[in-house]
Amino acid sequence: MSSKGSAAPLFAALGDATRLRLLGRLSAGGPLSITRLSEGTGVTRQAITRHLHALGDAGLVRHARRGREQVWDLNRERLERAKRYIDQIAAQWDDAAERLRAFVED
Amino acid sequence: MAVETETPNDTKSTDRIEKRVVLRAPRTRVWSALTNAAEFGTWFRVKLEGAFAAGKPIRGRMAIPGYEHVTLELLVERIDPERYFSYRWHPYAVDPAVDYSAEPTTLVEFTLEDTDGGTALTIVESGFDRLPLARRADAFRMNDNGWTGQIKQLAKYVE
Repeated sequence: MSSKGSAAPLFAALGDATRLRLLGRLSAGGPLSITRLSEGTGVTRQAITRHLHALGDAGLVRHARRGREQVWDLNRERLERAKRYIDQIAAQWDDAAERLRAFVED
Repeated sequence: MAVETETPNDTKSTDRIEKRVVLRAPRTRVWSALTNAAEFGTWFRVKLEGAFAAGKPIRGRMAIPGYEHVTLELLVERIDPERYFSYRWHPYAVDPAVDYSAEPTTLVEFTLEDTDGGTALTIVESGFDRLPLARRADAFRMNDNGWTGQIKQLAKYVE
């Protein structure tokens, strides 16, 4: 269960193209180091680090040590929550569409 | 009979919901069920006061058990006979202690097409990305459904 206080930064964290791209990369092949995550982005390591910390503050990513290297990975459980609001509304439309069907097909 | 939902949100952003259903009923019948306020109220479960008219608000109390305290207000945008009907509203505006009126609305659009054996109805609701963060957070607490595939979708969305 999420509180308002913890869900709001989640959406703020998702509302940025660079951060979404970082999540996309981690989803395709994480965990990854900052060096790997910076490659081909045209964004500095420092900026990538800041974005990762923003994602980390929202609970979307976590970091760990791999040997001497620090690597970042997705917090998958947290990401699922980002989708639930729209799932809830979509489920309500499913119900409404069922009732409409019963109403017009009678 | 299950609703045929051909387009779950798999390829969508978080901004939009799209549903397409084929109803075994003539287009005139479906149109009336959508745009006659009393008929709409029957299946949508809201007791609307008055009629739908383009550019005009219409309101009523929800008739869904557990949501009877909720007053729904729709602002009708466009009525294009037997083809297209749209309105704006505040989605999930279920807390009577909250004044939703200053918040952005979502747009709900119904589009009808003839199809073999009946009428194809497409329902689109869009504009979720503009909603306040706290509003979306509310729904997290109310909905404990699981969800899978988020990561794949996210990857698709950003690439």
